[in-house]
Amino acid sequence: MVEFFRKLFGAASKPPLIHQSDSVTTAPLSDQQIESIINGQTAQVATQQLTSAVGQSVGKQREHNEDSLVAITATVTGNTAGIPFGLYVVADGMGGHQFGEVASNAAIRVLAGEIMRKFHSFLFSVPTQQPDDPLQEIMETAFQDAHRLVQREAPGSGTTLTAALVVGQQITLGHVGDSRAYAVYPAGRVEQLTHDHSLVKRLEELGHLNKEEAANFPHRNVLIRALGQGETLETDVFTVPFPRNGYLMLCSDGLWGVVTDQDILRSINTAPNLQRACQNMVDAANTAGGPDNITVILAQMNG
Amino acid sequence: MGEEPVHRSHRQLQSGTTLVNRYHIQEVIGVGGMGSVYRARDMHFPNVTKLVAVKEMLNIAPDPNMRLTVIHNFEREANILATLNHPSIPRIYDYFSEEDRSYLVLEFIHGKDLETIINDTGGFLPEERVLTWGIQLCEVLAFLHNHKPDPIVFRDMKPSNIMVNSNGDVVLVDFGIARTFQTGQKGTMIGTEGYSPPEQYRGEASPLADIYALGATLHHALTRRDPRLEPPFSYAERPIRRINSHVSTEVEAVINTSLQYNPDERFATAIEMKDALIAAARKTGALSKIATTSIMPASGIKPIWTFKCEDEVRGTPLVYQGAVYVGCYDNNLYALNAADGKFQWKYPTDGGVVSRPAAYENSLFFGSEDKRLHVINSRTGKLIWTYYTGGPIRSSPRIAEGHIFIGSDDHALHAVNLNTGRSVWQFTSADQVRSTPFVANELVYFGSESGDFYAVDFHGTMKWRYQAKRAVTSSPVVAGHSIFFASTDRTLYCLDARNGWAVWRFRLGKGSVSSPAIADELVFVGAADGFIYGVEASTGKEMWRFRTENQVSGSPVVYKDCIYCGSVDGNLYCVEYRSGRERWRFKTGGAITGTPVIFDDIVYIGSTDHQVYALLA
Repeated sequence: MVEFFRKLFGAASKPPLIHQSDSVTTAPLSDQQIESIINGQTAQVATQQLTSAVGQSVGKQREHNEDSLVAITATVTGNTAGIPFGLYVVADGMGGHQFGEVASNAAIRVLAGEIMRKFHSFLFSVPTQQPDDPLQEIMETAFQDAHRLVQREAPGSGTTLTAALVVGQQITLGHVGDSRAYAVYPAGRVEQLTHDHSLVKRLEELGHLNKEEAANFPHRNVLIRALGQGETLETDVFTVPFPRNGYLMLCSDGLWGVVTDQDILRSINTAPNLQRACQNMVDAANTAGGPDNITVILAQMNG
Repeated sequence: MGEEPVHRSHRQLQSGTTLVNRYHIQEVIGVGGMGSVYRARDMHFPNVTKLVAVKEMLNIAPDPNMRLTVIHNFEREANILATLNHPSIPRIYDYFSEEDRSYLVLEFIHGKDLETIINDTGGFLPEERVLTWGIQLCEVLAFLHNHKPDPIVFRDMKPSNIMVNSNGDVVLVDFGIARTFQTGQKGTMIGTEGYSPPEQYRGEASPLADIYALGATLHHALTRRDPRLEPPFSYAERPIRRINSHVSTEVEAVINTSLQYNPDERFATAIEMKDALIAAARKTGALSKIATTSIMPASGIKPIWTFKCEDEVRGTPLVYQGAVYVGCYDNNLYALNAADGKFQWKYPTDGGVVSRPAAYENSLFFGSEDKRLHVINSRTGKLIWTYYTGGPIRSSPRIAEGHIFIGSDDHALHAVNLNTGRSVWQFTSADQVRSTPFVANELVYFGSESGDFYAVDFHGTMKWRYQAKRAVTSSPVVAGHSIFFASTDRTLYCLDARNGWAVWRFRLGKGSVSSPAIADELVFVGAADGFIYGVEASTGKEMWRFRTENQVSGSPVVYKDCIYCGSVDGNLYCVEYRSGRERWRFKTGGAITGTPVIFDDIVYIGSTDHQVYALLA
């Protein structure tokens, strides 16, 4: 298919006659555009299967693990073909006296519990029944519940929380803090789906820091939004297509802070399976010094 | 300043050189700090002369990693620019890197830059001319500053970076690229001395800096005093009217506000400055001399033509092969010449026609309240065949895969063979089907008055169903993985198009029968509360709402950077779709309940005053 588009828009062939309105951007398309066209197309396949793996390490310099994760991949097919379902969550706690790990642990359990409860009758009831609320509202509500619980159970602490709910071909993401979700394409593109709520990112956006200054900024781990902190919580909730021929990746800053996009691609491309890919990434982060707890989740849609 | 002279050893391209086997260099049209700008011909269009501007950027960083970073930054910036669609920003067609140079291929602007215009003009430029440019520059700055996810700061507003094209409209050139290419050293001042505000010398570049530089540019244009030759920040000592007494006090005051030393004392946004310029122009009467699309007064739009039918026109027209086809409550389908509105023929049915015709190979397909789907010759209006449904038809036909799909008040969605006119199947829903089906992903999507929303495959088998709380008269539209439609239950829905899962719902003030339109990740829909809404497609968050004076039953249509939408208040509105700001409105003699169609810069719209209007978009 890529070849087809290359042929269609490439320099070698004559441009085809296509009626286009004035507002349409013309060829040649970038690889990225071609990829997104392909991603936008429907693939008619019989059964799709979602698979996932995780990796975690306390790192080389910390004594406690304040990262928490959930990875639930459900395949339920009965008399009708089931649709892929997955819930992946990463939380990176902060705050002294081990409250960080309390916060991240509480947040992921409340969030995942809340979401799974709403999907119970879809997965396990006869007849199967969709939740009443739209996916984005389910995500938003679960974040608010987790926020209130963390405020109650671990006052003064906070946690990042990045959750990806896969239903069918789409991912509904909820996000607060500086853990990240990525779409990784083995062909060589690593696309960050979430937007860090960190001081350094904010200063960069405001033009106070350039890329280089940002990389050496001393307070890189200061968050401007975290679950459990502040009276009201503003969550980023949005829906994107599951990366076709690629991976969904969630990780804490213990991974993305020390491992480059190239390391990520190499870890995935040289691994025989998802588990090994996750382990490779954890190893790469530890090799780079392992300054923080490391958590990674990889999910892939087969078929 | 940030710009260093180019090494002499880097030579300009010779005319006659062809880049990437495509761009044939004609001549140098400019020399900048980072390389030259060439006029070139795009050889992908061998039969016409398509001129482009090719901007060259020399990459002379000694370190290979640094060079790579420069290329990456350049490409990222080019990608951002490629998504900007605004009349005052040149289109970017292409970019590529070769050896030590990167190239950007842009729209070639026929015209002169403002600095040349100022220098070539003997006396002072007329105030209203400068005002027109000022208003247009405010608009493009507002567009950049409101860019999502991150605002874009132009940083180098000055006369030599503003082109005035052959229409007299401004286009910003030398865009953004300069920024990424000059961020190299710390403390490097970006911008041009004289035009840049004091805080930019401290390395801060905010939208307020652009507002200052725009003020400096207008000051220069009105006074002919080049600020680069004056002491820095000395505008307060050179009041405009002391140099050019033709300028009004109102306009002088606006420019003074934008040139305040303290950023907090300037206009907070480019829109505020634009409104102030317009208000000043209105006061002095300069406005009547300004012919800009942005502030067209309500009475200022004259139709290209109008045509009067014998009853209300509630349907949506179709433009096909130079003709406008529109149904009317006088039971006829009219064929009019699209260019001049001349009557060609009419085809009578036995009921009101609200259905929008569809065209396929010289045939027109449309429904009538006489319960029939009519198929006629598009040139002659002669009947080819009709297809009978059990109820009046208010839905419009959709043609796909050799079939016509159309809903009827007999509760069914009908699939009819395109050639034979025979029924292939019918899918019976719980109530009347007035929504127009949408075909995508090998599924047919439509709503029912029962509140059910269906996805049916090409065999007529239901794949999924979603239950809204009240009628779905709105016609769905698919974009990416999602399908969007409104309901009279006051909700705009976004569902996963493959499985019908609700992704989000957006609350409207009242119910809606309007059909959504989509552009740039934004969804637009009208509602009975009189608003037209702009909602972000990925999050279901409201970006803006636009108030009309009565219900919005028709549907918005996207054309270029605007949506066009009618209201029961009788107006057709043209609204900038990114900002939700009105560009113009046109008042018809009755309520508008149909949807406009736009073709070749002409908007066609029917009204309940029995008329069909053709307006310049």
